[in-house]
Amino acid sequence: METFKGYLRPNGKVGIRNYVLIIPTVSCAVGVAQMIEREVPGTVALIHGEGCAKRPERPMHIRILENIGKNPNTYGVLYIGLGCEGIAARPIAERVRKENPNVFVRVIQEDGGTLRVKEEGVRFARRMVEEASRLIPQDFPYSKLTVGLECGGSDALSGITANPAIGYLSDWLVAQGGRTILTETTEFTGTQDSLGRQGATPEICRQICDLIQSGERHAVEVLGEEAAYVISPGNMEGGISTIQEKSLGCIRKAGYSPVAQVVDHGEIPTEQGLIIMDGPGYDTESMTGLCAGGAQITIFSTGRGNPIGHPCMPVVKVASNSRVFHAMPGDMDIDAGVILEGVELKEVGDRIIGLIKRVANGEQTAAEKRNQGGMLAMYTYSRTF
Amino acid sequence: MARTKYIKIQKEDNVLVALEPLPEGERLRTTEGEIIVITPIPIYHKVAARDIARDQPVIKYGAPIGFASGDIQKGEHVHVHNVDASALMKG
Repeated sequence: METFKGYLRPNGKVGIRNYVLIIPTVSCAVGVAQMIEREVPGTVALIHGEGCAKRPERPMHIRILENIGKNPNTYGVLYIGLGCEGIAARPIAERVRKENPNVFVRVIQEDGGTLRVKEEGVRFARRMVEEASRLIPQDFPYSKLTVGLECGGSDALSGITANPAIGYLSDWLVAQGGRTILTETTEFTGTQDSLGRQGATPEICRQICDLIQSGERHAVEVLGEEAAYVISPGNMEGGISTIQEKSLGCIRKAGYSPVAQVVDHGEIPTEQGLIIMDGPGYDTESMTGLCAGGAQITIFSTGRGNPIGHPCMPVVKVASNSRVFHAMPGDMDIDAGVILEGVELKEVGDRIIGLIKRVANGEQTAAEKRNQGGMLAMYTYSRTF
Repeated sequence: MARTKYIKIQKEDNVLVALEPLPEGERLRTTEGEIIVITPIPIYHKVAARDIARDQPVIKYGAPIGFASGDIQKGEHVHVHNVDASALMKG
């Protein structure tokens, strides 16, 4: 059996990185999180603008911040709250602690203000980074791996080259007993006859079709007659005319395995195999959902060339065309455009599998090498109070 | 797949994808006969493989991606100016 070198967590899950995360539960605590990050090299502060004043998203945002603490790549996590915000830090930290003992929580208004929280946070973070540096990886089967599937800055080749090659990877990992997660509900539009029939059971097929319809209804509510054009200007310049066209290309990332489960945005699946997660098509928000859902790696196809990674998840970039691969040197990991030069899809799929194995074993992706972590973008859809 | 000027993804598709910019007058040889490009086609954009009458489906990946919003001639650029997908949105 093929294995990779990973780090066993107390809950039985396996990490491929050892992040020490500082998570402000509200944007007002971002300053303190950044102070700790600056003083302790090797930590990552997850910068976001949420945590208060948005009611409909609150359960989802709590789920995201909590489940990122439970992601197998998280070695230790510091939750920094303010005190008066809508999303309380302590209950989140207590739930994470049930799966990961390396949890620290402070609330700035209750625990002595900025300086004291920072100082205590720095001490904890230093200990976490030091402990993480001494961990010794062990061998685990690929069934322990969850890979998120993402596409961003799509062009008309994404659905012909990069996405089918990623689908090949997805089918391989599912056959290993692992898990892949397809998301971006917006980009399921018009796929009732394909994705809608890919469920493992009639009930799952119904759930997928309901999800597709909810995405379409949302687009029509917001955009009216323009709904079919809910694609970016870059998508259009790249030759994509309608959201249906984009979607039919997007869903090829999922391969042909049956869909084992449909989950909410940022929810941790309980089934293995191919999973569908509700979520927006917007790349950075979508990747946050995948990370919260437990993905240790996300594979990301791009035609226009999006170099963004994620602050706490390795992201592998697959260019749909050779032009963008060469135009942005070092930003992309794999050139799937060679399929148009006569290289077999299977060959590119095997290259992707090889790279995913190396990344699982610790090799840095292009985005990691470039420090393209960016911010923790969180899905929002309501007006701020 | 050898390097060609276009790709047809599924056999039932009525559009081809240009793999290089196709100038007006470019002749594409296909298994269903020759297609003469009648409007310039930007790289990776779609060209009609046959006449598509108004309100008829535009087929790519073997599935409808929208409907012709006017009569589209074989060899013409197929894009947002002549494809309407609003009828596909169930809402």
